[in-house]
Amino acid sequence: MSLVTDLTALTLAEARAGLKAGDFTAVELTEAYVAAVEAARGLNAYIVETPEKARAMAKASDERIARGEARPLEGIPLGIKDLFATEGVHTQACSHVLDGFKPPYESTVTANLWADGAVMLGKLNMDEFAMGSSNETSYYGPVTNPWRRQGSNASLVPGGSSGGSAAAVAARICLGATATDTGGSIRQPAAFTGTVGIKPTYGRCSRWGIVAFASSLDQAGPIARDVRDAAILLKSMASVDPKDTTSVDLPVPDYEAAVGRSVKGLTIGIPREYRLDGMPAEVDALWQTGIEILKDAGATIVDISLPHTKYALPAYYIVAPAEASSNLARYDGVRYGLREKGDDIVDLYEKSRAAGFGDEVKRRILIGTYVLSAGYYDAYYLRAQKVRTLIKRDFETAYASGVDAVLTPATPSAAFAIGEKAGADPVEMYLNDVFTVTVNMAGLPGLAVPAGLSAEGLPLGLQLIGRPFDEETLFTLGGAIEQAAGRFSADKWW
Amino acid sequence: MSVDTATVTRVARLARIKVSADEAERMTHELNSILGFVEQLNEVDVAGVEPMTSAVNTTMRWRQDAVTDGGDAGRVTLNAPLSDDNFFMVPKVVE
Repeated sequence: MSLVTDLTALTLAEARAGLKAGDFTAVELTEAYVAAVEAARGLNAYIVETPEKARAMAKASDERIARGEARPLEGIPLGIKDLFATEGVHTQACSHVLDGFKPPYESTVTANLWADGAVMLGKLNMDEFAMGSSNETSYYGPVTNPWRRQGSNASLVPGGSSGGSAAAVAARICLGATATDTGGSIRQPAAFTGTVGIKPTYGRCSRWGIVAFASSLDQAGPIARDVRDAAILLKSMASVDPKDTTSVDLPVPDYEAAVGRSVKGLTIGIPREYRLDGMPAEVDALWQTGIEILKDAGATIVDISLPHTKYALPAYYIVAPAEASSNLARYDGVRYGLREKGDDIVDLYEKSRAAGFGDEVKRRILIGTYVLSAGYYDAYYLRAQKVRTLIKRDFETAYASGVDAVLTPATPSAAFAIGEKAGADPVEMYLNDVFTVTVNMAGLPGLAVPAGLSAEGLPLGLQLIGRPFDEETLFTLGGAIEQAAGRFSADKWW
Repeated sequence: MSVDTATVTRVARLARIKVSADEAERMTHELNSILGFVEQLNEVDVAGVEPMTSAVNTTMRWRQDAVTDGGDAGRVTLNAPLSDDNFFMVPKVVE
């Protein structure tokens, strides 16, 4: 086996140890990834590669390592979702409307990563403005999941919206990736690709410099090879930030120390409302496996009820489009991005936005504009925000009764084929997020961890939902599931 | 509740997105599918429930009322598709 193959097979924690021990240099590690990224272009996970930037950052890392000044992520090559502003580098939320946009500033989350020594490999594909569950709404085309069904060459979706992030981590073309989650956009693609993803509590990571979709729901988090790597990355990404007043001023714990802690004494709630009619038997069986794993590890399992679960998704499809219609009003063809010629200023706006936004984004802007329009605000938006209070209260009741975390399936199915859900009814695609969206509505942390394979050989994930700002318990429980279920890697064919 | 094509055209105008008659027709169908889906919220008894306004209970932090950034029109207009001398250029608005 060549050195190149060897180095990309390491986890982030292993690469960190190798760099520290001097087994290889940061430049060697980065070169291995640059080559792997080039060789995997067929997956369409990266939309922009920044090899020269990566090499320069790796060289600087080697100098720091030589001086004994290595930082927590020194020399670790990462992929960055196109939603994060990266100074001087293409940042378009995978939308045509931001054509040519290169921000003169850096998002807080990515700035935190570079301050900790990480290396940038490039920008990752995603659903346009993070609106989608399959990465098929990207202006740059769909991403191919590194996983395939047994005995089939059909291209599957990696999930979305962080489809490029999940596919890149699963294909070992970065050591970890940034991602964002508004209704499941970290956890669903992680589940579809056998990777680990965590959406932290709302307010844990600064949203500054992340292209806004739905501001009361958006939250950044990592997608990683395993639970430990996700813990390492979140520690660096999280911070309080004067530029985001919703970021929370709480110390960031050493999440990695929570991995491997005993599960004994923890109480896990199993919500009956997540047992859906028509859910595949293998998803139910996987859930049962997760319950057995945690029980064997010493946790107490209790049945709980979260009675408003079924209303989370419909409420989400009022709140998220409403906020999106406001946030996306800024794309006017004047200040940045695409501009179409118009007879007057309104014509310029209308033509630029018509040419710049894709169909799914237009749909959501129109729904949002409609539910916020005169006479409908109370019937839709206000009612949805009240339902949100009830969803949050369901979780608060469970936690008050002594539940430490909630265990559910991450998705109602394994990855599906590209084009399979492109039918006339957009709601069919929305149902992908039925298990994840409650967590955003309540502002809670949620972690997706792979726990088994489907009959067709595709990864299936479980979701752990925690108390506000108790990501540590999720890393402990996720680590226990991973230890028992093992890790899942896609066989290389690309 | 459902929308007709005239309503979709009006909403598109409010959202400043140009839609053709064909598009408006197709979107009417898609929007009604979504509105039909969210209809089930009417089953929920929300009497006396406060709307959620924040995901976590926090009090807004105070800061000094001071200028901390700005004064850099060059960087602000850097990405403008059309600018002149640090001004954004638009079609004539006032006759």
